[in-house]
Formats: sequence, structure tokens, C-alpha cells
Amino acid sequence: MLQEKLQDVFNEPGCSTNQAKSEKERKKGCSKALKPGAAAGGCAYDGAMIALQPIADAAHLVHGPIACLGNSWDNRGTKSSGSQLYRTGFTTDMSELDIIHGGEKKLYKAIKEIVQQYDPPAVFVYQTCVPAMIGDDIEAVCKFAAKKLGKPVIPVMAPGFVGSKNLGNKLAGETLLDHVIGTVEPEVTTPTDICIVGEYNLAGELWLVKPLLDEIGIRILSCISGDGRYNEVAQAHRARLTMVVCSQALVNVGRKMQERWGIPYFEGSFYGVSDMSDTLRTMARMLVERGADKAIIDRTEGVIAREESRVWRRLEPYKPRFDGKRVLLFTGGVKSWSMVTALEGAGLTIVGTSTKKSTKEDKERIKKMKGEEFHQWDDLKPRDIYKMLRDSEADIMMSGGRSQFIALKAKVPWLDLNQERHTPYAGYDGIVNLCEEIDKTLSNPIWRQVRLAAPWDLKPDAKPDARPVGA
Amino acid sequence: MGNIQRFPHSAKAASTNPLKMSQPLGAALAFLGVDRCMPLFHGSQGCTAFGLVLLVRHFREAIPLQTTAMDQVSTILGGYENLEQAVRTIHERNAPALIGVATTGVTETKGEDMSGQYSLFRQRNPALAGLKLVFANTPDFSGGFEDGFSAAVTGIVEEVVQPSETTMKGQINVLAGCHLSPGDVEELRDIIESFGLSPIFLPDLSLSMSGRQPDDFTATSLGGVTVDQIASMGASELTLVIGEHMRVAAAALELKTDVRSVFFDRLTGLEASDRLVRTLSELSGRPVPAKLRRQRETLVDGMLDGHFFYSRKRIAVALEPDLLYAVTSFLADMGAEVIAAVSPTQTAVLEKLKAATVMVGDHSDVETLARDADLIVSNSHGRQGAARIGVPLHRMGLPMFDRLGAGLKVHVGYRGTRELLFEIGNLFLSREMDHDEHGHAHGHRHGDGHEHGQHCGSGSCGCSAG
Repeated sequence: MLQEKLQDVFNEPGCSTNQAKSEKERKKGCSKALKPGAAAGGCAYDGAMIALQPIADAAHLVHGPIACLGNSWDNRGTKSSGSQLYRTGFTTDMSELDIIHGGEKKLYKAIKEIVQQYDPPAVFVYQTCVPAMIGDDIEAVCKFAAKKLGKPVIPVMAPGFVGSKNLGNKLAGETLLDHVIGTVEPEVTTPTDICIVGEYNLAGELWLVKPLLDEIGIRILSCISGDGRYNEVAQAHRARLTMVVCSQALVNVGRKMQERWGIPYFEGSFYGVSDMSDTLRTMARMLVERGADKAIIDRTEGVIAREESRVWRRLEPYKPRFDGKRVLLFTGGVKSWSMVTALEGAGLTIVGTSTKKSTKEDKERIKKMKGEEFHQWDDLKPRDIYKMLRDSEADIMMSGGRSQFIALKAKVPWLDLNQERHTPYAGYDGIVNLCEEIDKTLSNPIWRQVRLAAPWDLKPDAKPDARPVGA
Repeated sequence: MGNIQRFPHSAKAASTNPLKMSQPLGAALAFLGVDRCMPLFHGSQGCTAFGLVLLVRHFREAIPLQTTAMDQVSTILGGYENLEQAVRTIHERNAPALIGVATTGVTETKGEDMSGQYSLFRQRNPALAGLKLVFANTPDFSGGFEDGFSAAVTGIVEEVVQPSETTMKGQINVLAGCHLSPGDVEELRDIIESFGLSPIFLPDLSLSMSGRQPDDFTATSLGGVTVDQIASMGASELTLVIGEHMRVAAAALELKTDVRSVFFDRLTGLEASDRLVRTLSELSGRPVPAKLRRQRETLVDGMLDGHFFYSRKRIAVALEPDLLYAVTSFLADMGAEVIAAVSPTQTAVLEKLKAATVMVGDHSDVETLARDADLIVSNSHGRQGAARIGVPLHRMGLPMFDRLGAGLKVHVGYRGTRELLFEIGNLFLSREMDHDEHGHAHGHRHGDGHEHGQHCGSGSCGCSAG
């Protein structure tokens, strides 16, 4: 079962990398072999959890030993405007005895307890490596529990060892397609209902976009899965249009919704001024093509014109402050190019970007924008990044949290661009937030101080800050 | 104090808001206290990623941690190939002084024969004979953080320590349990060195995890006890064993070296600190330094000043077992009532706890037991439950991801006890000083069955002390 699912996911025709491959190559799958001793990043279970946990009113139960949840709960900044149940960590905490006797009975009991105590609209049950190894039939338990308890109980079949975090995202998408989407009918539908896929409302980013959509008259019927509610996700099949935000993660959901329910999809981004405007335009155009009132196009242009002029005006003060400042961008996928435009618009110079998680298309796009000279690193080692920063080749590094200490240990400003951050960067206001954060970091007086030599290292007539500071 | 309830096993099938962390994570922390070490989890990639994120969030430091990246096929066919490849890759890339391998749920469920894999590795890689390789069996599905830490330290002792014919005057070993923060280890070093003794800490988190500014980028741990120092532990005069969970390692060390050991179940509290100081004074033959005498005096003074606010305070504590013991004992010393002591795992130390209810449980149990408490003491994960029931939270232990300086907190010795006393005492004090403005902040919370609802004056909340 799981093997078939994996084949299916690997075969994704909506994936641009995949299209370039031969059939044989495609079958081999897209997850790169992980190198023992030199690997980093999460597993498939991690990815599945990331994609589904933002469904805030559901209970998320991890079937496995303590490591899978005990070490990881309460560590992502996805926000909910209502129910907080998603922040409660549930696990069967499998013990030795469960492994010998099998964990199915305990799992059922756990589901029952959760339903009785919290009465959530649904329970997601995550399969992990150990129960998969001992052959616990999660799907059967979930089916049984759903019948007994009269609630959707959804098996998420993405044990860690099947592959990477990214694969786990896709398997989570398959779970929604198989068990959730299409199971509830909305009370009301409108010609401007959309579904957003791959937006997790980290730091409340969706809330910077939603008011604009409200103003234009576009309704988010369901967001998969940021600030999500189970029933909204289950109604996604009635959307008129799907926007796929992070194509690497959940393009399979967009494509299959098109296949099954004839809902067209497009890939867009909420990051960066021009990308944001493009996204709004595309939404409006596609909705009109599907029969929505043409007036939304004018409303959209109105909002874009107003917001763009507002955002450029608000970015103006940063330009002189950012003049000559160089950014080392270290992020993946869409953000590697959509951030470039945004930052350059504010007067920063991008010295290079990583493309570890980017598709061929992403890379081509950067080349087109920045020319052949521009640095694109596929796999830059931490030691090399450290050296670049120490040698003052950039004034600030922007990346995910895992690499922050490379910059901080080199005493170079750093800004979090990924999931642990607390400031939303999406939409027009998000770009202003981002520039404010960059400015705050760059202009902090600590940089001069932390680079001072210690009193015992000072030679009698040496300057206190003998090291080049790059600023 | 009412009836003592002891129900070590929760009847629940679902652990809700777990307090427990996995064994390999504990092992990783122990390995990180060794200089130029690379901890390696023998399991799937996620096992490492989650542990890594947790430690990064707590210490706010880069954490070296690698994975054998087991996939479905290697999980079924056996993980030796992955292990060998991982060790070789790490050796080539980072040349660590020690690689500490911790098994996980994946490899333990498969039943990988680790001692067989060790021998096979040595046989097939004679060129790497100089590389120290320590294995710890740390299945995710049994035990917890403390057990993993203990397994790793025991593994290091067995692999690295050498027996010695001679004794180095003044050299002592300290087996430092995971309830000691890097700050605690630093404090202990100070105390021990003030008697002219030279301590070797195993592990030594104070040198690796208390915030470093290296001159160059390093992929392994930086600082910590060196492999050479560990090897020389056989030449010490004495071993101080700190924490119940270090007993196994202590036994292994004694067996290997014949160095006598002295056991300390805690180092927080006046009497506990006295015992340490007396031991060190006797061993060194030196009088207690003036600095420690002054610290003791201020601790005694602090206890006198602070006891008003602690007396009969109702406190729930949820921490790893040995830290749980240290903190509940300290609170009892101060006249507080520990209404609930919650441990993530079952260990012998629970038998000694002075608490009305002792249980093996999770944060949801704390939430139930602490409804009418004056304070909860637990890690940062306690914040959600504490907020829901409106009880203040004092953060201790790991993970502490919503506070700065988590790793540098000190709660051992006279000075550390004093710090803890003031921190918690100030929480109580500030609530009482606020009474005039906000009314009695917690009187209404007390349940029907309690007599504490008398508001101020009963002494239970310390108001009469103002």
C-alpha cells in the first residue's frame, strides 16, 4: 500500500523536475539518497506533521515511541485564530511491551480517550518507523475507530524512514486527498471561492494576505493548512481555483484536485512586491475565466495600485540605509528568487543564494534575473559559509534557524527566513516587516562591540577594532 | 501533609503533552560534553533532526549531531553498512576525537547487534584504530533522557578510561549527571578548585555548551573534557558521583580503576552543599576558603529572609528524576509543600521524594494535579498548561526554549541554592506585593475541598508575613 503511494508520489507530473526525466528515472523516485554521516534535515513523518498540524481544531496523535513527538512538540510557529488543540502533543509513547505485543490496542484506546476528552472534529494518526516495522495496521485501527466513535480518524502513512521531509509533505497531501477533501459539502459557495495549498500561516503570514483578498471579494474556502479547520479542508473540492504556494511540497494536491474535480491551479508566491501583485492578478483572472464577475479584476488592480504605491513609499526610508549593504541569501525553493526581487527593490545587493531545495525552473529564473555571474550554490558547506562571512563578503546572512550560528559565530548579522521566526514576511506589509527587521539587525550597536579585541589581546598602540568589520 | 499517593503508572493510553524525552537525546548531550566529539544516531534521519532542533533551541548554540540515515531497505536488511559509511564519512570530514553512537527505536526494534557491529567495524577498518568509538544502547521505546545520558557516560568510561598504577595527587573525577547545567558544572569546578584540587568532569558541558566564540568554524563539539583526560581518570584519588543515574557509570569506573567513589544524591540545598564542602575539605586537607564561608553565610541569611514566602506554599514539580529529587528536596527544606512530583520515567529515586503525590506522567497530569497550586516548576513545555489553569511557572530543566541563558542557570552549592531560593521566592513575593492592586490573585482558585480559601492570614500563602 505505502509502496504504491510512494510510486504515485514520485511520478508527480505536476513537478517540473520530473517532466525533464525519462520514465525509468521517474520511477526511481525523486528523493535523493541520504548520505549516512553527512545528512541533515527531517524525515517523512516530520514533513507530514508540518503539513497537517496547522489544521488547528483536529487532534494530532503520533503512534510511536517517545522520540518522534517528545522531542519535537511545540516547536513550530504556525498560528491559529481559534482552536489551540493542535498545540497539544498526543502520542502513544510506545514501550517495549507494546513492541512485543503490538501497539494496535493501545492506539485505539488512545484515540478513544482523545475523542472522549476533547471531542475534536477529527483525529489524525501519524504512523512512525517503529510501529511500521512491527506491522501495526494503523489503517485498520483508524477505520475501526472511526466507525466506533463516529468521527473521522485519519491514518497518515509517512513513517520517517521512507524518505525526506519533502516526501512527507507530499504523503500528507495524499492523505488529505484520500480521506478528507470532498467529504464535507459547504453550506454556501461563491464564484470566488479559492483553496490555498502549501501555506502554513507561520508567524501569522496568511493574515497579512487575507484582508486584501476580502477587500477584492475573494473568499478563502479552505487553506491547506494554515489556520485550518478540519471541515474547511474537507470542503476544498468546491473551490473554483487552487493556488499552490510551495510547489515543492504539495503540488500533488493541486494537480489531483484538478484531475478529480476540475479545479484549475496555479503556482504563486506571497513573498515580494511583484510576486504578490502577480499572484493577485492571476487569481482574479482565473476566477473570471471560471465565471466570476469581471469586476474583481478592476478591484484587484485598484488594490494592487494602492498597495504597491504604499509599500514603495514605506520602503523609501530604508533605501539610503541599505545602500551598499550586501546580503547572503541562504534559503530554498521559491523564496530563493522571490526574495531577491523584494530585497533588491529595497536597495540591498544580493551577493548570492543557495539553491539546495530549488527546482531547475527556480534556478533558471534566478539566472535570468541576475545573469550568469551571480553566485548560486547547490551545496555550500558550513565551513565555506563561515569563511565567506569572516572575510566580509556579505553584511548580513538570511537563512533558516539551523545555520544561524554560522553567521553569529562569525559575528555577522543574521535574520531568520524560515519557520521559527516570529515576524510575518508575506504580502505587501510583510516586505516592510522584513526590511524593518533587516534594518534593526544591521544597525544594532552590538556588531561593533562584539568585534572588539579582548583587553588582554590588545597591543599597546593597536586600534581596539583591528579586525575588518565589513561595515 | 496528607496521604501520600504513589501511582507510578498512568492508566492513560495517550501521553498528552509529554514530559518525557528520548534516550538517544540524553546520550547526545553526554557526548557533547566531550571535546571534539560527534554524536551519531543510528536510525532514520528524523531521529536526529528532532533532537538537534530541541538542543539548539535550549542552548542557542550550533549542535553537532549526525545520522546513519536509515531508510526502509537498510532497516530491513540491517544497518551495518550505513553505520560504517557514517563513521567513515564523519572521520574524513571532521576528524573528531570521539564518535559517540546512540541507537534509536529503529535499530533497536530491528535488534541490531551493536557489539557485533563494533567488532566488525574494527576488523574492517584497521586504519581507524586510533579513532575512539563509543556505543550506547538507547532504544526510544524504553527509559528516557536520563537513561540515555547514563548509558553514554557508562559507554565512554568502558571504552576510554584506563586503569593506572599511580595516583595523581589532588586529581579527582566528577561524574556529572544531566541534571547539572553547564553553569552548574562551572560552579562545581570553582568550588573544587578552591580547595586546590584538579577535577576531571565527565561529561564537561561547562566547556562546550556554555556559549563559545571559536576562532574558526568547527563541525564537532568544541571544548569539553578531552579524550586524554578521560583516559587518565584511573589515576584520580576519588570520584564524586552526582545523581542517582550516574551510579551505573560509577560502578563501571570503580570496576575498571579501583578509584573510590563518593555519592551525592543532590547538591542543591544547605545540607547537601555542606556535605560536598566537608568531603572536599577532608580530601584536600585544606580549610574551607573564605569565599565559600561567605557564600554559606549569605545562603543561611537568604533562607531566613525567604522562608516566610515558602512556608506551606503548594507546589507541583515536573522534571527529570534526579533534578526532580533535588528541587522537591530543596522546596521541602524551605517549608513548602510539594503537592505533586511528576517524573517522565520510573526510577528508584522516586521512592525518596517528599511529595503528596508522586507519579510517572506528563504535562497534562501536572495540569490536573496543580489546579490549586501556587507554583509549577517544570521545563518550558509546562507553559501551555500553567497558562490554562492560571498558575505561575518557574522554568527549570530542559528544554527551556523561551528563556535566555537556559544552560547557564546555577542551582548547586551555596551560591546556586541561593540563586534558586531568590528566583522562586521573588515569584511568591511579587504576587503578594501585588495584592493591594489586584485583590487576592489565587484565593478563588483553591478547590472546595481545601481550607486555603481563607485568603490572607491563614499563612498558607504567606500573606501574614508581609
